[in-house]
Amino acid sequence: MLDISLYFIFLLGLSSYYIGKNRAKKNINLITETGGLESHYGMYLVVWTVLPALIFYIIWTIISNYLIKEATLDSIPSDLLPENISMQRLFLDSIIVVAKGGNSLSKVPEISVAFYQNFAYYSTLGKSISTISISLISFFIFYRKIDSTLRAKNFLERIILVFLFISSIIAIMTTVGIILSLVVETSKFFQDVTIFEYFFGLLWSPQMALREGQVAAEGSFGAVPVFAGTFLITLIAMALAGPVGLFSAIYLSEYASKNTRKIIKPTIEILAGVPTVVYGFFAALVVGPFIRRTSESFGLAASSESALAAGLVMGIMIIPFISSLSDDVINSVPQSLREASFGVGATKSETIKKVIIPAALPGIVAAFMLAISRAIGETMIVVMAAGLSAKLTANPLDSVTTVTVQIVTLLVGDHEFDSTKTMAAFALGMTLFAITLMLNIYALRVVKKYREKYD
Amino acid sequence: MTNIDLLENQRDKLITKRYNKEKRFILIGRLAIALTIMFLTILLGSIVLRGISGFTTTKITFNVTLDKKLIDPESTNDKKVISSARWRKITRDSIYNVLNDMSLVMNGEVLSKAEQKSLVRLFSRSSEYQIRDIVMDDISLVGKTIEVTLPTASEVDQFLKGKIDENLPEDNRPLNNIQISWIKHMVDNGMINKTFNSNLFTKGDSRNAEDAGILGALMGSLLALLVCLSISFPLGVMASIYLEEFAPKNKLTDMIEVNINNLAAVPSIVFGLLGLAIFLNVFNLPRSSPLAGGLVLALMTLPTIIISSRAAIKAVPPSIREAAMGLGASKMQSVTHHVLPLAMPGMLTGTIIGMAQALGETAPLLMMGMVAFIVDIPQSITDPSTVLPAQIFLWSDQPERGFEEKTAAAIMVLLGFLLTMNALAVFLRNKFERKW
Repeated sequence: MLDISLYFIFLLGLSSYYIGKNRAKKNINLITETGGLESHYGMYLVVWTVLPALIFYIIWTIISNYLIKEATLDSIPSDLLPENISMQRLFLDSIIVVAKGGNSLSKVPEISVAFYQNFAYYSTLGKSISTISISLISFFIFYRKIDSTLRAKNFLERIILVFLFISSIIAIMTTVGIILSLVVETSKFFQDVTIFEYFFGLLWSPQMALREGQVAAEGSFGAVPVFAGTFLITLIAMALAGPVGLFSAIYLSEYASKNTRKIIKPTIEILAGVPTVVYGFFAALVVGPFIRRTSESFGLAASSESALAAGLVMGIMIIPFISSLSDDVINSVPQSLREASFGVGATKSETIKKVIIPAALPGIVAAFMLAISRAIGETMIVVMAAGLSAKLTANPLDSVTTVTVQIVTLLVGDHEFDSTKTMAAFALGMTLFAITLMLNIYALRVVKKYREKYD
Repeated sequence: MTNIDLLENQRDKLITKRYNKEKRFILIGRLAIALTIMFLTILLGSIVLRGISGFTTTKITFNVTLDKKLIDPESTNDKKVISSARWRKITRDSIYNVLNDMSLVMNGEVLSKAEQKSLVRLFSRSSEYQIRDIVMDDISLVGKTIEVTLPTASEVDQFLKGKIDENLPEDNRPLNNIQISWIKHMVDNGMINKTFNSNLFTKGDSRNAEDAGILGALMGSLLALLVCLSISFPLGVMASIYLEEFAPKNKLTDMIEVNINNLAAVPSIVFGLLGLAIFLNVFNLPRSSPLAGGLVLALMTLPTIIISSRAAIKAVPPSIREAAMGLGASKMQSVTHHVLPLAMPGMLTGTIIGMAQALGETAPLLMMGMVAFIVDIPQSITDPSTVLPAQIFLWSDQPERGFEEKTAAAIMVLLGFLLTMNALAVFLRNKFERKW
């Protein structure tokens, strides 16, 4: 809902551009003065007319949105107020719906509805009046400032710089947001479940009692089976992607002719562009049944949601990742090392094995670590092809579950946000984030150092 | 043999051995490449093989008697009356007549209840609504007998595509013997025809495989991408300009850089958790909406866009900036007037690649509630909707057979979009890339 004051600011801002320009033309000798072009003066006035008023408007909206809810909650007669906090929120929501002219299933007190409508009316009125006056006042003040001593261009460039800086800060804010949301929920989780139980408990079954006295009773949050399943699938994926990716990279960078490379490299990279949900479909409908049939013909019992299927498909997904990272690393080993090795009579494969790989080893390790971090965090393949039951097993034909699968199953669907179940998902997310972050930071540092060494 | 001969012999043997090792090594390399390409072929091949039949569907043509007594006995011509007529009975009666038309049963012979049920099962469950919609569009049809062409039940479609084995025992297949004999008669009479599956592109989700389409998901994807693009592109470009051109070398700048690089490698599901905790629970954005989903996607693609935009800015040679500043431009003017336009193609390429990533992303959107059964086609960014990959995920879980080929067909559409976007990025790069 946009109210009139925003339109007013917009119109005033638009016209102030021309007003500022005209004033600059009249008052300033634009040829001899170096304060800026006439359009800079126009923009100068626009910034001052719009920006303070807009910031004020946003702050008022946020604060009044908060206040109106608290005040309306207080206005509810105490005999009607539900005890449970989340019920209170729901009740409040239905009051707001009614106040805005909608219908609500539950009966709401008239007095609160009227209170809300009053509050909203005066708040909007106050907001509009003050926004318009701020915009007008600052327009007149800064209109008069346009004279030959004003450096409009410098001012504008400083403003732009501030915006540029703010947008680069968003990256940090995202990280802070991630950490904050994870830490808050995780700390709540560890009030219900001890850290020891979470990290060393052998039973994961988060089925909490939905109603009191239900038989399923207490959930159990020992995460070891979940970690073990993640580890097993990652291991299978790396066992496939590691050698295949590395050898493809070696062949492409050392043996393949330029033309072959030109064709093969993008072809392999297609694999990296395929969405993970497609891999999931492939794993669940092609690889999974294939593995079950094959192992049954060998007399082995396999679950149709086997760790092997998910792991292999995840391996296929990671191949281009490993091969292109290793390719970069191998290419950055200086030519002089190769020539020295050829010079003492080594064959190409000997050079690769004895000189290039050792020289590139830290980079290759880093590539593998980045690949592992990607495998751990991969969600769709395991959601679609691995199982839900948290079993502690090393049998790749059995079904296992992973951290990401558990996060998804705990959070998808409608839940109360404060239950231990949802908080458990955040604890798992926190663990996932911490592990992948450590792998990434270490690997990125190695890659960076490595580049500097040979550049 | 002299000693020298012996040594030479040994040397030759050693060399042969080393050369054999070399050959084996090359072979392993070739094997690795072949394996990778084989995986790619199997992956794409199995999807195309399953999906290609999803683009066609089976339709049945039959006569519907629009009995005035059942629809509008009092000749009110009121749409409300017509809309609430007994469409199920009208449809069923016409369906029972189909066998008479084929002269499979004698006139007046009444089908048993079980036979009626079997016959009705050959038609789409939505037939009655479609017939109603036809009449609602043209009220003058009431009282006439019209010929309609409607989708068959998905089982008939699957049978005609050879996906239901006739030789299985009757209890193990979704169609019984009498149904199969009817289907064969209908095919012989030309009542059943294969056509292009236009439902796939013109309808939203449905519980019936024959009525399900991806239009809703496509719209959802489009809206979410729009939100994502309008946030991540300006922010990404501005951040990269700051970092490349203006940032002082200090701790804060270092921290921002490390941060961006790490964010690019954070698992996507963690972004979903962020969105759930912050966008949905703190800011109270509407659940399942392209707005909330697009915001999460924007945060995810931001690092990709920043990294590629910085590379594009770096590629602009310093001489351009120096020339601009030499003519009296300020630093800001040299950047906005000269560096930015020259770096723009590179930035756009990075943005398109980032958008392609966002289009294929599912996991964080699962957290935002975008995996849901939504029939309506979203009209705005606050409507509940799903996205194309989420639709694929939903369909892949459906037990009904007909959904398998639909899923694969939807995957083919998704891959088609991704291919187009990437081809566009490559085209842009080749066309505008400059070597300085």
